[in-house]
Amino acid sequence: MINVLFAVAFLVLAPILGGLIAGIDRKLTARMQGRVGPPVLQPFYDVGKLLEKEHVIVSVSQNFFVLAYLVFIAFSGALFFAGGDLLLVVFALTLAHVLLVLGAYSATSPYSFIGAERELVQLMAYEPMVILAAAGFYLATGSFSVMEIAAFPRPLIAVLPGIFIGLFYVLTMKLRKSPFDIATSHHAHQEIVKGVTTEFSGSTLGMVEVAHWYETVFLLGLFWLFFAWSPVIAVIALAILYLAEIFIDNATARVRWGFALRSIWAVTLVLSAANLVWLQYFGGL
Amino acid sequence: MDILLFLLLAPLIAAVLLLALPDHPIRDWVVRVAAVVIGGASCYLLATAFDKGSQVVAFPTEPVGQVMTVLAVVIALYIIAMGAKYRKPVPIVLALVQAGLLLWFELVYAPGMHAEHNLFVDEFSIVMALIIGIIGSAICVYAIPYMRTYHGQHPEIPDHRRAFFFVLFVFLSAMFGIVFSNNLAWLFFFWEVTTLCSFVLIGYSGTTEAIDNSFLALVLNLVGGIGFVGALLWLGMTQGTIELDRLVGAGAAVALVPATLISFAGLTKSAQLPFSSWLLGAMVAPTPVSALLHSSTMVKAGVYAIVKFAPVLSGTPSGFFVGLVGGVTFLAASAIAVTQSNAKRVLAYSTVANLGLVVACAGIGTYEAVWAAILLIIFHAIAKSLLFMGVGSVEHQVHSRDIEDMAGLVTRMPRVGVMMLIGMAGMYLAPLGMLISKWATLRAFIDAPGGVVFLLLIAFGSAITVFFWAKWMGILIARPNRGEPIEDRVPREELAVLGLVAFLVIAASLLFPWISKFLLEPHVLSIYGHTAELGQDNIIIMLLMLGAVLVLPLSLLYFRSGRHRLAPYMGGRPTTADMHFSGSLGIQREMGLHNYYLEDWFGEPRTFRAGVVVTVVLIVLMFAGLFVAGGLA
Repeated sequence: MINVLFAVAFLVLAPILGGLIAGIDRKLTARMQGRVGPPVLQPFYDVGKLLEKEHVIVSVSQNFFVLAYLVFIAFSGALFFAGGDLLLVVFALTLAHVLLVLGAYSATSPYSFIGAERELVQLMAYEPMVILAAAGFYLATGSFSVMEIAAFPRPLIAVLPGIFIGLFYVLTMKLRKSPFDIATSHHAHQEIVKGVTTEFSGSTLGMVEVAHWYETVFLLGLFWLFFAWSPVIAVIALAILYLAEIFIDNATARVRWGFALRSIWAVTLVLSAANLVWLQYFGGL
Repeated sequence: MDILLFLLLAPLIAAVLLLALPDHPIRDWVVRVAAVVIGGASCYLLATAFDKGSQVVAFPTEPVGQVMTVLAVVIALYIIAMGAKYRKPVPIVLALVQAGLLLWFELVYAPGMHAEHNLFVDEFSIVMALIIGIIGSAICVYAIPYMRTYHGQHPEIPDHRRAFFFVLFVFLSAMFGIVFSNNLAWLFFFWEVTTLCSFVLIGYSGTTEAIDNSFLALVLNLVGGIGFVGALLWLGMTQGTIELDRLVGAGAAVALVPATLISFAGLTKSAQLPFSSWLLGAMVAPTPVSALLHSSTMVKAGVYAIVKFAPVLSGTPSGFFVGLVGGVTFLAASAIAVTQSNAKRVLAYSTVANLGLVVACAGIGTYEAVWAAILLIIFHAIAKSLLFMGVGSVEHQVHSRDIEDMAGLVTRMPRVGVMMLIGMAGMYLAPLGMLISKWATLRAFIDAPGGVVFLLLIAFGSAITVFFWAKWMGILIARPNRGEPIEDRVPREELAVLGLVAFLVIAASLLFPWISKFLLEPHVLSIYGHTAELGQDNIIIMLLMLGAVLVLPLSLLYFRSGRHRLAPYMGGRPTTADMHFSGSLGIQREMGLHNYYLEDWFGEPRTFRAGVVVTVVLIVLMFAGLFVAGGLA
């Protein structure tokens, strides 16, 4: 069963929460680098300004793809918070990212083209881990339904430690953070300009930003499931998790895509295989 | 059940007519009318038989069986003659071995094995009949304009179109034979006819490469055929039944040995590793042949047989290894597809990969897995035939099969381009066909014993699948300002068939809940006593997504107006409208965009070799499994 109320709440509140997280992220990052940093609300000002910019395009279809990307990111997040089927959420998310990649391809610039190829490499890198995480939740709780997984009365982190670490390893890439920020170069590494988003501007770029906020909240929701039996611990765990990501982001240099792919696949294979075999043969909680 | 006989005979009559008629427009009309009749008849079969469950048909055995034996000998003689003509000893030996074994069976054992019901139809047969009747016939119609252009562009190839269309329709008839036969000896006869048809069609152009590849296909399928005869002989020696429904119903204790042997034959026919090379070689044939082999005939016959025996394989060591062959094939073939830039080879490897999933499901053989397997067969047939025909039409205008040469196709051939995008999306993206099937497959794997291995194979394999489809889609929509529009040159009839199949991709995804409810669930229920489903909520959500996918393109109307159009960013270099920029030393260069092919990661020879080694070991284990749990111990 799914809960439409939660879906609506996600659609309304997630951009606010996601934007705030982005603002705090920038503030903390600045402090780690010895800067003062922008106000916490800066991401909202940025997107607000983007929305007012002139409508400039390279190809007609690029805006369509970005709009569809935003719609399906929001859709998959809403489906997740409504308590829907976890696999379906994963597939909707894949669809969303493929749409973003197609938007980048349609822009035809060499920079966005390489960005698109790298975004696909990223997708290929993290997809197995995400699918296997869904499988892990199923083996531990007997259900793919997010609602039932979240209502599971015992700590899932205790039976899914391998899945948790693997997913955390992948999270850096999903949040577009160093060392795995290879497709958009969020941190002004110059060689591919801005990768996927090079040719997006104005309100289109704003949509990409908002989609990123939605996705951040969704990802935190995914990690919530490991701790869902105790909301207090969950909030603390998520805060620590995100702080760790900010720290890793600032403490590491970006790696080549080949290394990113290889290491993520290795981590996925070893940790999730061990965890899943253990679950299937020795049972859950 | 006259409709079964009609479906068997109608393509045969059309084939004979086509052989008899001279080169004249009337022959094209025979093809069109036959296609409509066969398609209509398969729909009629659906309408009359879908709610009746499994029905067996008594049909006089003796004369038909004798005719088949004679024809089988004729086929063997033909193969031997062809082998002698082209100096290929291996097929001669294999044909002799096979014919010898078959005659042994026919003369010694067959008289004592009476089949009460020679034909049958159930929901799975209906599904297969629809695929053969609609997709197969559509490909035949597509072949009319295609072959006209083909011979126009290749004057050096002798025009044997009469024989070509004759064999196409014989192929369809044999496929109907495979899916309606309850007598295993009959099934084997039709099985061999499809082997022969594919041999003839692959060698159509008569070039050395085509001949070599046609013999490769023949040899590998004859090896599989020997496995099939082995199953018949085993049944003869153990005085088992030769009726498919009784054999499957008898369970693993009785039927595991023949099921494993027939699965082996199925692995060769469905081009699983280590036998995949024949399907790759089959690319030399004209594209309608590829479309036919890959979507509605040949390879589908292979997986059909394995899925038929899934209840027997379920839970046995042999079944587990059959499934693993499929799983490993899925991963290896997907990886190799990344490295290919020849469009037809990408499609071929993707076919091999997807059939691997079907085989994996069949080997696991639980009720969920069988449900998923049939879904995979349906959606793969539709989307893959669309893609092959699309590539064929593009190739005739662009004169290249290379994916890189398809850059900007959506501006040069908007309709074909969009239909190919639909086909590709249908192969891997939610909420379209194949993704629904993959979802079902995942759920089936996770509940199966030893399922973690399968889960890992599918998780990595489908991630790789996303990569190669998405980069191909990207090339189609990238670089919008290149080349003249050339769509006008595509024959109308090709466009019409493409449009029909593209519509079917979307329609099948929309109708999927009903396909499941009226065909798949009753079928699985009748075999296993319980059935799989995706749940009401999930289906509503899928339909919502599908609605969004269909509605969102309307936003293009909004984005089209009131925008300031700029050239792409080229690092500040002066760039012309057709993307020439001034490079260093003032030299004008054209911007080039090329996909990643990751040769260092998944290079074809290396991955293929690794896959062959692993699957050979698995096949040995599959037979070894018989000694552990089968009747051989």
